[in-house]
Amino acid sequence: MTIVPIGLPHFLVLSAVLLVLGIFTMLTRRNAIAVLMGIELILNAANINFVAFTRYGGINLGGQVVAIFVIVIAACEAAVALAIVLNLYRRQGSVNVREAHKLRG
Amino acid sequence: MSLFDLFFYLFAIAIVASAAVVCFSRNIVHAAFSLLFTFFGIAGIYVLLSADFLAVSQILIYVGGILVLIVFGVMLTHRATNISIRSALGPRIPALIICAGLLALLISILVPGHWIRYDEQPWKFSPWHVNAIEQVTSATQGTPREIIDQSGSQGTSAELGKLLLSDYMLPFELLSIVLLVALIGAAMMARKEARQESVREKLQEEIAL
Repeated sequence: MTIVPIGLPHFLVLSAVLLVLGIFTMLTRRNAIAVLMGIELILNAANINFVAFTRYGGINLGGQVVAIFVIVIAACEAAVALAIVLNLYRRQGSVNVREAHKLRG
Repeated sequence: MSLFDLFFYLFAIAIVASAAVVCFSRNIVHAAFSLLFTFFGIAGIYVLLSADFLAVSQILIYVGGILVLIVFGVMLTHRATNISIRSALGPRIPALIICAGLLALLISILVPGHWIRYDEQPWKFSPWHVNAIEQVTSATQGTPREIIDQSGSQGTSAELGKLLLSDYMLPFELLSIVLLVALIGAAMMARKEARQESVREKLQEEIAL
């Protein structure tokens, strides 16, 4: 087996694994905060893709600028989602997302 | 195996292992702390991809900001962490099938892809410094240090700043407003209910007047 030098596909596969782990976390967890962690994993996987494509194919740093935007969006999302989770906890006494169905018609 | 490859595999193993702990751990606190190692590993990957500014902001924002928020969330809802945080086995099997299929699909697409190889050996130069490299290699006068100083290949921060204030001006400004609105909104939503009641009473008094 020959060792392939590290290139773009290595980083893309790493980010694909991270994406799938994040999706699995989102699908199987009941705790709302754990679901939030899955979302963070997915956003980081997207970021690795942006930076890897900038490094191996870009002509300027546009991908890294978008990665900065993604980090800022992730910060916003974490703040708002945790406020929602705190309200959920205050109203129903748990952060189980399967129990949060009061608004269901 | 070069040092670059070694560090890539080191960071990749750290990222995947700690992300798996986030994914499979029964204890939410363990998940939160292993997220720390995931974020640090991703910062290392950014360094390998010669994104210096992004690596530092990853550590500052994710580890210093978002992870602290998540740990606060875990602590503020601590009574709920004693209950089982996993689904039963039944719902997990479809999720496992979906995720395994997605991973197989992604890898089968990504690995044989005919990606343009800008350079086979990272660290040699970065694509956005091609002109700088040409200047350095075609220069005939001056010491190497002077030539490199003149070519201006000093990391990504300066170039990122120029892009943020020229090509990406509108998204940058919009994002600053989004950040402001999200932070004010989060602070409003996380307040106690009693405060809203008193505001409502005050409003009713004013209406009565």
